[in-house]
Amino acid sequence: MSETLLETRGISKDFSSVYVLKDINIQVIRGEILGIIGENGAGKSTLMKILSGIYPPTSGEILFEGTPVHIHGPLDAKLLGISLIPQEFNLISQLTVYDNVFLGSELRLNNGLLDKKTMMARTRELLSELSVDIGPEERIEKLSTAQKQMVEICKAVSINAKLLIMDEPTTVLTQYEIDILFRLMRRLRDQGSTIIYISHKLKEVKTICDRVIILRDGSVISTEQIGNVSIMDMAQRMVGRELNQVFPEKRRPAPDVVLEVQDLTIHGVIEDISFKLHRGEVLGLAGLVGAGRTEVAETILGVRHAEKGRILINGKGVEISRPVDAVANGISYLSEDRQGSGILVSFSVIKNVSLVSLASYCRYVIKLILRQKERASAEVHARRFNIKAPNLDTRLEFLSGGNQQKVSLAKSIDTKPTVLIADEPTRGVDVSAKQEIYRLINSLAAEGLACIFISSEQEEIIGMCHRVIVMKQGRVMGSLEGERITEEEIMFLATGIREGVA
Amino acid sequence: MGTSTVAQVLKRFDYQKYSAFIALVVLFVVSAFLSPFFIRPGNLVNILSQVSYTGMIALGMALVIITGGIDLSVGSLVAFDSLIGVMVMNYVMGSIHNELVAILTGIVATLVLGAVTGFANGITITRGRIAPFIVTLGTLAIFRSLALFIGNAGEIQSQSNIYGEFGLANVLWLPLPVWVMLVLAFVLDIVLNRTRYGRYLCAVGSNTRVAVFSAINVDRVKVIAYTITGVLVAISSILLSSRFNAVSTSNTGMGYELDAIAAVIVGGTPFTGGRGTIWGTIIGAIILGIINNMLNLLGVSAYLQGTVKGLVIIGAVYIQRQRA
Repeated sequence: MSETLLETRGISKDFSSVYVLKDINIQVIRGEILGIIGENGAGKSTLMKILSGIYPPTSGEILFEGTPVHIHGPLDAKLLGISLIPQEFNLISQLTVYDNVFLGSELRLNNGLLDKKTMMARTRELLSELSVDIGPEERIEKLSTAQKQMVEICKAVSINAKLLIMDEPTTVLTQYEIDILFRLMRRLRDQGSTIIYISHKLKEVKTICDRVIILRDGSVISTEQIGNVSIMDMAQRMVGRELNQVFPEKRRPAPDVVLEVQDLTIHGVIEDISFKLHRGEVLGLAGLVGAGRTEVAETILGVRHAEKGRILINGKGVEISRPVDAVANGISYLSEDRQGSGILVSFSVIKNVSLVSLASYCRYVIKLILRQKERASAEVHARRFNIKAPNLDTRLEFLSGGNQQKVSLAKSIDTKPTVLIADEPTRGVDVSAKQEIYRLINSLAAEGLACIFISSEQEEIIGMCHRVIVMKQGRVMGSLEGERITEEEIMFLATGIREGVA
Repeated sequence: MGTSTVAQVLKRFDYQKYSAFIALVVLFVVSAFLSPFFIRPGNLVNILSQVSYTGMIALGMALVIITGGIDLSVGSLVAFDSLIGVMVMNYVMGSIHNELVAILTGIVATLVLGAVTGFANGITITRGRIAPFIVTLGTLAIFRSLALFIGNAGEIQSQSNIYGEFGLANVLWLPLPVWVMLVLAFVLDIVLNRTRYGRYLCAVGSNTRVAVFSAINVDRVKVIAYTITGVLVAISSILLSSRFNAVSTSNTGMGYELDAIAAVIVGGTPFTGGRGTIWGTIIGAIILGIINNMLNLLGVSAYLQGTVKGLVIIGAVYIQRQRA
C-alpha cells in the first residue's frame, strides 16, 4: 500500500507581503517520482526551498514520515534525508569534483584526516553510473555547464537521500544525458527512494513521473496520475488558457552576409570553424554538450582568443580581442549562464537593461546618466517582453527565472546589435515564457537581426532555425537546411555517425 | 486591517539605507547627555575638522571597496606625498625665491605624485593580477620606508610661512579641510549615483564576469578607483602638512588606513562590494570622530581608543549582517 513520506499542511510564504505560495497541501508518496510543474513564478522553486530548509514558511507545517518537522536549514534537511539539486549551481569552483560531492559529509579516517581514497573511489563509481567522462580530481571551474549539472546530481545521490528533489535538472543536458539521468532515477525509485521532479519540459514529466502536481500563481491547481493527463492538458492547466502554435512562422532571411567566420581555431577547443550568417537569419548551432558551441560564441565575442582565423562583419575583417570590441561591431551575446555572466541580480531591472548600452544614455564629459531616458527605454522593453516585476526598480534577485531571462535578452538587444548570439535562450524557462522568447527572436529577425541560436533542445532548433550547423568535439560536422533539419539528421551528425558537407 | 499598516510601514522602511544616520543621531543625543561640553559649537567644529583628513581619504576607499578591493597604503602615502610635497616646495623656494610659486609647485607635485602612486597600485593589481590586499600591503611598507629613508626618520619643516596659513583657515565658520571634504563628497556622490562610471563601479563589484561580458573595461574601472584614492590622499596630505607646516615621517598618516576603512564600513558600504554610499561614509567618519571625542571628554585613556574603534567596526558589520 502507498505510504505518505512527506506532507505539507497549509504552507504559505510571502516575501515582503507579496504572496508566493498560498495554502499548499500536498502529499508525497514513498517510492514515487512526483512531477511538479508550473509557470515561472508559480512557486515551484520556493516550495522546494521550503522543503529543503533554505526558506522558512510564513505559515503551515511539514510532516515527514508522519511527524511534524521544523527544517531550519539545508543541514536539517540532510539529516532528515532530504536532498535538493537546485536550479542554480551550488558547487565550489576551486575545489575538485570529489571535494564537492562530499562537501559537508566528508568521509574521515580514524585519525580524523580526510579519507580521500574512498571518497575518490566512490565519486568515480557515481560518475561512471551517470556515464560522465570526468575524473574525480578535476576542478569544477574546468567543467562545462552540463558536467557541473552531473556533479550536482552525484552530490545529491551520494548521501542516499530518502527524498531527492530535482529542480530543473535537465535544462542544460542533451537528450543523451537526459536518458542516462532517467535510467538512474528509475533505478533509485525501484530501490525505494522518492523523487520530486520539477521541470518545464512536459514531455519529460510525462515520461518519467508517476504523478504530477500542477501549480499556478502559488496554489495547487490539480494533482493527477500521469496516465490521466496529456501533455496538452498539463500545459493548459499550467497557463490557465488555451495554447496555440508554439513556434512562430519562419521568415525568409535576406541574401546579404552580415557575419562571416573563417577557420576560427583554438587548438584543443575549436578547430577550423567557418560559416556565414545572413541578415534576418536564425542559424542554429547544435551538438552534444561539450561540442564547443559556447566556445565558438565566446571566441566571436572576444572572451576567448582565436589562434587562427578571421571574423568579418559586413565583408570587412574586424579585430575582436575583448567584448567591448564585439559590442562596438554590433555583436551581442545572451549568455547561457544567466546568473554567472548574464545579469546582475543585485541590480534593478532598469540598471540591467542599460548595462551594456549605458553610453547611449549618457551626456556631458562626465557621462551623466539621463535617468528618464534610461527608464523610458526599460519601460519599452518591459512592455514588449512582457516582463513581470513589481516595478522596474525591483532587483532581479526577486524575479523568477523566466523574467530574469527576458531582462537578460532585453539587455542584449538594447545595444541595437546586428548579430545576436543567443546561447540556450530558454534555459530554465516555462512554456509561455519560452513562446514569448521565440516570438521575440523571430520578430527581431524579421526586423533584420541575424541570430546565432545555440540550443540543446532539438525541437527548438528545428522550430526556430533556417539553417543548422552541427558540431562535435570542436569541429563543424555538417550543416542542414530547410526540410533536412530533423532530429535524426542532427543526431547523426552530432554523434559522428554521419559526416555531412560543411 | 488598520492595525497591520503601522507594522507594515515599519517593515518596509529601509533600515539598511538609513542605519548609519540613525546611529549618528542616537550617538549625538547620548553624547549630549553624557557631556555638556560635547554640544558646544567649538567642540563640534573640532570633531569635523579632526575627521576631515581621513574622511576625504575614506571617500576614495569607498569607491575601491565597491569594486571589491581595498587600499591599505593610504596612510603611508600620506607621509610620502606630504614629505615630497614639502621638499619640492622648499627646493623651489631656495632656487627662485618666490614663495607663492614654490607653494603652488609643491601642491601640484603632491597631487601628481598622489595620482601616480594610486595609478601604480591600480595597474599592479589589474595587470599583475595580484590581490589588492597584497599589493597595497606591499606599498604600505614601501612608501612608509621610503618616507623614513628620505626624511632620515625625522621631521621636515616647511620653509614657507604662508604655507602654514591655509591649512587651518576658516571659511564661512568652518575650517577649510571640512569644506574640502564636503565638496569632494558632493562631487563623488554624483559620480557614484549619477554617472556611467559609478554604475560600472557597482557592476564590477557585484560580479566581475557579468561586467566583462557586458563590455565593461573592468581593469580601467578599477585603476581609476585607485587613482582617485591616490589624488584624495594627496589632497589630504597637502591640508595636513599645511596644518603643521611640517611633516613627521614616522607619525604622519599613521593608522589612516584603519580610520578610512572603518568609516566606509560603519557608513554602511558592505565589504563584499557591489554597492556603497558616499554620504554614509562621511557619517561613518563622523561617528568614529564623535566616539573618539567622547572618550577624551570622559577621560578614557587614549590607549583604549583603538579597542573601542575595533569593537565599533566589528559591531557595525555584525548588525549589517543580521539585517541582510
